[in-house]
Amino acid sequence: MAQALLEALNLEVRYGGIRAVKGISFVVETGEMVCLIGANGAGKTSTLKALARMIPSSGEIHYGSERIDAVPSHALISKGLALVPEGRGVFARLSVAENLAMGAYHRSDGAEIAADTERVYGLLPRLKERMTQVAGTLSGGEQQMLAIGRALMGRPKLLLLDEPSMGLAPIVVQKVFEVIRSIAAEGVTILLVEQNARLALDVCSRGYVMESGCITLADTAANLLADSRVRAAYLGE
Amino acid sequence: MTSLRTKPHLGLALIALALALLPFVVSATLGNAWLRILDFALIYIMLALGLNIVVGFAGLLDLGYIAFYAVGAYLYALLASPHFGLHWPVWAILPLGALVAGVFGVLLGAPTLRLRGDYLAIVTLGFGEIVRIFMNNLNAPINITNGPKGIARIDPITIAGHPLSKSLDVFGFTVPGLALYYYLFLVLAILIIVVGIRLQDSRIGRAWVAIREDEIAAKACGIDTRNVKLLAFAMGASFGGVAGGLFAGFQEFVSPESFGLMESVMVLCMVVLGGMGHIPGVILGGLLLAVLPEAFRHGAAPLQQALFGKTLIDPENLRMLLFGLALILVMLYKPAGLWPEPRHRAELKKS
Repeated sequence: MAQALLEALNLEVRYGGIRAVKGISFVVETGEMVCLIGANGAGKTSTLKALARMIPSSGEIHYGSERIDAVPSHALISKGLALVPEGRGVFARLSVAENLAMGAYHRSDGAEIAADTERVYGLLPRLKERMTQVAGTLSGGEQQMLAIGRALMGRPKLLLLDEPSMGLAPIVVQKVFEVIRSIAAEGVTILLVEQNARLALDVCSRGYVMESGCITLADTAANLLADSRVRAAYLGE
Repeated sequence: MTSLRTKPHLGLALIALALALLPFVVSATLGNAWLRILDFALIYIMLALGLNIVVGFAGLLDLGYIAFYAVGAYLYALLASPHFGLHWPVWAILPLGALVAGVFGVLLGAPTLRLRGDYLAIVTLGFGEIVRIFMNNLNAPINITNGPKGIARIDPITIAGHPLSKSLDVFGFTVPGLALYYYLFLVLAILIIVVGIRLQDSRIGRAWVAIREDEIAAKACGIDTRNVKLLAFAMGASFGGVAGGLFAGFQEFVSPESFGLMESVMVLCMVVLGGMGHIPGVILGGLLLAVLPEAFRHGAAPLQQALFGKTLIDPENLRMLLFGLALILVMLYKPAGLWPEPRHRAELKKS
């Protein structure tokens, strides 16, 4: 039986008096690819940010055998938990190569870093072509690829992806998702937050549906795709 | 040019020679007033390089930077003047000034860690004013800063028993005090430039840039943003503290007036106008903004006399008008600064 790599218990996020995430619980098992879908403002990004300790939250977060809800965000990458933030968040004035190097900021094993850099370039050949280019001058899709590549430089066990399709042309989105699929195939566990429900459910094995701060549905991707409520609310049918 | 490029040592030697001869050329052609302006320009360059760490590297908009300059200057004034009867040597005061200003930097940084942009600017602006107002009012019940009257008769900077305010005879050749100060400031400015370049290329420098570009991504890369930000505030402040100490020793007088908001804005302008985060640009900005207003001040009255036969606008007002105009023009036509980082330019071009 698969083991839980990430588990949230009663996770709650508040912005002042507003509860953006209202005590949700969910599990991501090792090797799984799970998505969190829902409309704009449902609390998906807040959930992901809380998991990556970027914003304060209450409730428990377990990662592996550890409880991480009191661990500072910068300590997570060395534990193998990497976040690809919403809106890409590349370092605009650094080159592609320097962005990737920042992804290995917490590491000091030079030779291994060089090997990982080559691996990332192998997975994302477009980045290799643009190695010396300043990240701010890349296209949206290339920036998304770079953000993912930078996260991979931390050798993550668990990758938290926040809206990788945001603001990208459909054809570019397809490419980004191909990359995500091949990362999952290498054994990286992925928790994906997406507004584009069909896309997310197509690549993931399981999904959680979020609605105004609560998880309203939890099932396999296939069942969710067939669910009449999901079809009506998120798949436009 | 190509010969200079292939022989960098020759180029460096020429620059060194030019910098060494500059005070004599300036005092012979433009007079001692301009040599004094040149000395101040070097102090401003040091200040601008310090602020560049905070604003340019780490992207933290600090409008109260002059407070650290004030801390350094007052520390020097208190430890080397008849005010308390203390006469510490400069080599003891400057490092202490750097340290104390650095502590003040952390004091400012700690409560503002979660602020960015305009909010941070407002808080730092307040901090700068608080320091100035303290200096203005700490003359009662115990007289520490001598209030608005300031502290006078500060010891001139003395090196190897020779006060730099007095000229020095070297092999029958007289080097004026202002030139001695110039050399000291030049050496320290070069030191600060070297430290700045080393910081920029260091692990910490890269962390600063990451924070400036995207704080969440920086955290996701494993950067402890709190410590790295505090370090930026402390490092920047300590540069300011050193510059302040030099200012006090050079001027031999300090008063709260020298540390107003306008001074903070001026130093920020040097950084922004020159090219944020780009050390050569910041040096250029510091030099220009230290020299140009003085040129306007000295040139405005004679120029109006020649053109209109009388002084129409008070030179002091005209100076600010021209200065404002220059700022607007630069920001319109060179938004990344006069000498920006090549990458910054590329990025702006794209957007």
